Order: sequence, then C-alpha cells, then structure tokens
Amino acid sequence: MTPGQRRWIFVAGGLGLLAFYLWGLSGLPGFGNYPGPYGPAILRVAVAQTNATGVVSAINFDYRGFDTVGEEFILFVAATGVATVLRMLRGERERPALDEAAGRDVPATSSAVRMVALLFTGPVVLAGWWLASHAQTNPSGGFQGGILLATAFILVYLSGEFLVFKRLSPADLTDVVEAAGAGGYAAIGVAAVAMSLPYLTDFLPLGQVPGAVSSSGTIALISFFVGIEVAASFILIIGELLEQTLLIRQEG
Amino acid sequence: MTTLAAVQTPYTVPTAMMDILQITLLVLVAAGATAVVLIRAHVRQVLMLSIYGVLLAVLFLAFQAPDVTLSELVVGAVALPIIVLLTLAKVRKREQ
Amino acid sequence: MQIFPFVVVAWILGVGLYGVVTSRHLVHQIICLIVVQSSTYVLLLGVGYVTGAVAPYYFDVPNHTPAVDPVVQACTLTDVVVEAAVTALLLAFAIQAYKRFGTLDPQELAELKG
Repeated sequence: MTPGQRRWIFVAGGLGLLAFYLWGLSGLPGFGNYPGPYGPAILRVAVAQTNATGVVSAINFDYRGFDTVGEEFILFVAATGVATVLRMLRGERERPALDEAAGRDVPATSSAVRMVALLFTGPVVLAGWWLASHAQTNPSGGFQGGILLATAFILVYLSGEFLVFKRLSPADLTDVVEAAGAGGYAAIGVAAVAMSLPYLTDFLPLGQVPGAVSSSGTIALISFFVGIEVAASFILIIGELLEQTLLIRQEG
Repeated sequence: MTTLAAVQTPYTVPTAMMDILQITLLVLVAAGATAVVLIRAHVRQVLMLSIYGVLLAVLFLAFQAPDVTLSELVVGAVALPIIVLLTLAKVRKREQ
Repeated sequence: MQIFPFVVVAWILGVGLYGVVTSRHLVHQIICLIVVQSSTYVLLLGVGYVTGAVAPYYFDVPNHTPAVDPVVQACTLTDVVVEAAVTALLLAFAIQAYKRFGTLDPQELAELKG
C-alpha cells in the first residue's frame, strides 16, 4: 500500500469521523451551559457528607473510588510491563556499573545544572509530600504529589551520577513501595467490607472541621497510598529506561 | 436548581474577559498541536511537546480546573519529555 | 464561543491522527498519539464548564457557590497520569522493536517477518 493510497483512505475515514462528530455536537447544549444533574447534585452534598473541601478529590477517592482503584492498577500494570519488556535479551550483557562511571564518552554535566538540581531536590520533595497529603483541602492529591516525588529522584540523577540514583532507589525497594501503595488502597476497601459495609465506604472518623488535614476519613489515607504508588511507578519506569541507555549494550 | 448567574467571589472577572482569555488559549493550543505534529526532528519535537504541555496546563487553569493543571504540568512538561528523550538516546546509541 | 472549544478539539484530533498515519518514525508516531490523547482532555473539561462559575474547591469560597462540574475533572486528572505510563510502555515496545529489527520505520516494520 503506497503512502498516497494511505492518505486517501485516511481522508475518507476522517470525513466519516467528522460527520459523526458534527452529529454528536448538534446535541450538546453549547459551551458553558452545562445542564447535567450529576455535577450540581454532588456539589450540593459533598462538603457536608465527607467534610472535605476539595470536591474533586472527594469524588476521586470516595464517590467514585472504585474507578480510581482500576486506574491505579492500570498504572501498576504499565510499570510492570515496562520492567518486563525491557529485560535483558539473549545476546546482551550488562556493562559493570563502575565501567559506566569512568569510561563514558559524553561531555561532563555542567556545574550549573548540577547546582540547580541539587538546590531544587529538597523543595520538590517537600512540595510533592504536601500535595499528596492535602487531597481533601486544596487542589492537590495523590496523583500530582506522586509524580512530583518521582521528579525529585530525577533531579538526583541530574545532579550526580547514575550510580547515586540507583543507590537511592534500588529496584527491590521501589517494587515493594509500589506494591504497598496499590495493595494498601485495595486493603482499605476490604477493611470496610470487614466491617460489613460496602466496599470502599468511608469508615474512619470524619473530623470536626471541613478541610483540615485530619478530616474526611479515608480520603486522606487513600491519597497517601496513591501518592507513593504513583511515585514508585514512575521511578521504576525512568530507572529502567536509564539502565537501558547507560548500562546495557549489545554483545560484540 | 438555582440559575447559575455570575457570583461575586474574590476571584471573579467579567465574563467577556474570561471569554477572550479562553479563546486566545484555545488558538494557542491548536497552533501548538499543529507544531508538535509537523516538526520531524526528534529533539526539537520533544521540546515542542514540553511547551505544548505548559500551554495545555494554562488552558486547563482558564477552564477552572486547578487539579488537572497540576497533573498536566508535571506530566506533560517534565515526565513525558524525559521518557521520550531517554528512548531517543537509546535508539541513537545503537545507530552509532 | 458556543462551539469554538469543540472545533478546536476536532482540529487537534484531526492533526494528531494525520501525524500518526503519515509518520516515518515510531517515536514520532507515539508523540502524535500523545497529541490525540490531549484532545480528549480538552473535550472533557469543555463539556463540564459553567459560565461565570468558580473552581469546585470550597476552602475559601462560601459553600454552595455555583461551580464547574467536578466529575469530569476527576476523570481527566487520573487520565493524564495513567496515559503517561501507557506511553512509557509503548516506548519500551519501540526500543525492543528496534533491537530486534534494526529499523523504526513503521512502513518497513509492517513488511518484516519474524
């Protein structure tokens, strides 16, 4: 099939897609006139029912907590998939880690990059931790905080050597933390079942003031578990890719 | 259900100003997406992807969604370009 | 302004699909896939927007202020993070394909066997 033919098939398919899209668009009430019953219904009762002022996180971890368990397991499986797909194949061998540090034929990292990365590592860890633990008050939550924590580890790699990165995040520890995060979330749901409530019911005390760090029961706890799981997943993914680039090479 | 008229909070701006802001950002996002697709040089495309992530994040902020802004900012401007750059480094190394 | 965001969504989707179809390098194709995914984020947030409303956070705004729809924001937020991990998986496949076949051209990869 030549590229020209491919382009014509794409145009034909694209026109069909456009027709269906316009048909769907004609049924929408226009931008800014959201009529739906679901959003206002939740907004009316969310703060009173969960004592959380961050309604989006309350939806993510309480009202639609089951969907978030599914999404988190997609993340878990994707990180495992990367680790599996990038395993060493037959015919490759791993360069010894010392060789990598000494004999690299790339220009050395500039001191400006190393200094900035070093200075920013601490504040980034603090910011990520703050985001992961404040899901119920502000625009924050486990997902954002987790990725920021993973970024802090990348800054460690930028400010030093790859060996330091590997020492700070050994593969075993990362795997354990990731599994603990995913399993912890599911375990909280099962703990609710053990008290003869539906799965993932918010069973911890809700706290007095809406929007304090200790309020809103299981939402804060679940957000913490999601945070460490997302951080461990991304550290694993980036660690695998760095290993591929720096350590593994073809035989001969 | 009460009618959703504009409410007076410390953060409200006139609706016309919000409209202009959103239209500008939407045009910039469309231009950014076109640029990402049309650039074929590898490293330049990754840099454009990072800029596109920041533009998207600002658009989400104008759509009153600060949570999504935080996610998109860290993922689209930092994590995704790093992953793509590492892949390109691996592929290029073998080409040498 | 009534339909302009949805027109932009259709444009981003079309441009991204064009990039996927006419690409000559697997990594370029995957980046165009990222662009296609981002169009769905804009669509979700555009559907839930309410004119003149605030963000759905009642930390410093009195309770029951009209706010935009929080459900689509919850969907989009987990979506963004998860699709980054799936993109990493796709790139891992691309690396292994390069190791195995020596080329990253999708039109040549389609003709190779075993």
